Amino acid sequence: MSTAPGTARPGAPRLRVDALLDDRGTRIIVCCGSGGVGKTTTAAALGLRAAERGRDAVVITVDPARRLAQSMGLTELDNTPRPVPVADNGSGGSLHAMMLDMKRTFDEIVEAHADPERARQILANPFYQTLSSSFSGTQEYMAMEKLGQLRRSGEWDLIIVDTPPSRSALDFLDAPKRLGRFLDGRLIKILSAPAKTGAFRLLGAGFGMVTGVIAKVVGAQLLTDVQTFVTAFDAVFGGFQERAEQTYRLLQAPGTAFLVIAAPESDALREASYFVERLDADRMPVAGLVLNRTHRSEVPHLSAARSTAAAESLDASGDHPLAAAVLRLHAERVHLQERELRLRAHFCSAHPAIALAEVPAQPEDVHDLDGLRRIGRALADPERSER
Amino acid sequence: MSARDSDWDGVRLHVVTGKGGTGKTTLAASLALALAGGGRTVLLVEVEGRQGIAQLFDCPPLPYEERRVAGAPDGGDVYALAVDAEAALMDYLELFYGMRRAGQALTRFGVVDFATTIAPGARDVLLTGKATEAVRRRVGRERRRGAPRDPAESAPHVYDAVVLDAPPTGRIAQFLNVNAEVAGLARVGPIRNHADRVMEVIRSPETAVHFATVLEEMPVQETLDGVAEIGSVGLGVGAVLVNMVRPPVLYAEALSAAAEGDVDLAAIAGGLKAAGFEDAEAAAADLRGEVVDHARRVRVEAGMSERLAAADRPTYLLPFIGEGIDLAALHTLAAALREQGGA
Repeated sequence: MSTAPGTARPGAPRLRVDALLDDRGTRIIVCCGSGGVGKTTTAAALGLRAAERGRDAVVITVDPARRLAQSMGLTELDNTPRPVPVADNGSGGSLHAMMLDMKRTFDEIVEAHADPERARQILANPFYQTLSSSFSGTQEYMAMEKLGQLRRSGEWDLIIVDTPPSRSALDFLDAPKRLGRFLDGRLIKILSAPAKTGAFRLLGAGFGMVTGVIAKVVGAQLLTDVQTFVTAFDAVFGGFQERAEQTYRLLQAPGTAFLVIAAPESDALREASYFVERLDADRMPVAGLVLNRTHRSEVPHLSAARSTAAAESLDASGDHPLAAAVLRLHAERVHLQERELRLRAHFCSAHPAIALAEVPAQPEDVHDLDGLRRIGRALADPERSER
Repeated sequence: MSARDSDWDGVRLHVVTGKGGTGKTTLAASLALALAGGGRTVLLVEVEGRQGIAQLFDCPPLPYEERRVAGAPDGGDVYALAVDAEAALMDYLELFYGMRRAGQALTRFGVVDFATTIAPGARDVLLTGKATEAVRRRVGRERRRGAPRDPAESAPHVYDAVVLDAPPTGRIAQFLNVNAEVAGLARVGPIRNHADRVMEVIRSPETAVHFATVLEEMPVQETLDGVAEIGSVGLGVGAVLVNMVRPPVLYAEALSAAAEGDVDLAAIAGGLKAAGFEDAEAAAADLRGEVVDHARRVRVEAGMSERLAAADRPTYLLPFIGEGIDLAALHTLAAALREQGGA
């Protein structure tokens, strides 16, 4: 490839998107990153490209804004993978997409594991209802649960997950464990233990104080709801923690690839950096970084300084307003490109082993499959992508 | 203090939300600076544990403590606070029950985990509770055991205004409507009473929810949805803050033609030749793509401005700052907000 100043990528290996998608060993791709960087669009574009290259792909999105719907023609949030009409190009692949309904996913686990009477009790419990619809980690947890379900069903050979827009990147990894720890934890054991059992003796005076404080802080009625919930729930699940750990192991298993998505802005790249380190620490396989919405000048050899100087000399003569404006525009773009390249270099020097793919900013939003296809092409083959 | 010509006289709690990537934290910080102008004291609160404020003001990570982070040019101070749900819980226990020491035992039994991350809504009540407490706080108030008593109504407020860098648009109504969040959970009891006090502030005309956006389709859609949602739960919708606005470089006729792919290459080449470029035709052809890109983006932005106008809220335009956001940039944005009546 040529190494024009704007495109040289010293040190950063290129992310081989097609190789990743074509490898039948790749079974799960998780797209993560901070909010507003184009995670959903990237996930959808990867799904479409994978399908058109012969994979049976499903894209799970977790986004209440239903963004995937906008580009893939989905209208319902119904928790079931729906076929996306992809024109048959002879590859034999297929594409499905679904939007996660976290409450329904939670309900389904309860219904699958409890006898009807107990399931009814749990589903009607006020504490369960709030837990399943508004606990800040439920969405993350249910996304992973759904991923596990689809993986076990064996119907798809590639699952692409768009992670929830968490308040922090950590929630996505931690929520299942945290919820599992809580549901399987000491507090729950205390709350669900009848008084004067072994647990009570063991904990001694601490027990009375703890329930006393909880009652004071949250109110006695909530405490009763929680206790009722826990008693019913515990008997059904007997090891929520185990489930959470299974999901966690699935993410570490060979065949899973994490893509960290970012935009060339300092906040998004800082989050991406943090994410790469966290995934590493948890031994989650990071396939690479996707940098969305980059601005690259098509005339990188014309510097901003020369461009601005030329615009000024034209302004002075007053004869060529269009050319002067075009030169200023170009100078702006070169400045933006330089800033983005600096930010990228900063990231790459901290994470030299992370492979990189870039998608240029699109002047208009992606609305349809053609738009997604263009993004997929840019991801896979930057040199030949058209605008 | 001089009389100000602001759209938000009487508002003391400014909640700033926005879709990820729209610069919500930057605009919250700029608004705090703008409000501090003229010798006022403003508290900027963050609740998402990202330490975004410390990054912006280039200071060490904020503790759970109100710290001065910047001054306004004509006198006035911005204090900042990073609220942590766990610390807020301990604070709450001490304030209401004098039970700080119980905290350790609670942590050991997983109660803190429960109250701050699991119990739905409890976390949000703790976070909003801290912000609304700062809104109500008056000079001379002592913290004492038992229910806090307000000092004389005549005592001045500690903060003239509080700016809350809130969760993103998708979660904002749920976050602020804490009453509804805990209603299903705690019909009576101290959490409920606390929620009621928080709600009293949030529902009052002293509170306005501002939306940060950029002129792109999805952020604009989320803003319109958010404005409708906040209105429908009976909270005060504030302004629309349009971030990263870039003035069009080309004049209107050239823009609309270029958006359709029609670029006057001969005119550009003529200009380039006049400016001393050697291969002017080739250079003009090379630059064509950038012109079309720009024109299309401007066309999208015009459409987005029109859609935002339908929300019928005061709208402030904040310039794109190419060099990145630092303290100087925050002052520039603050000045832009004041000029337009945003503070």
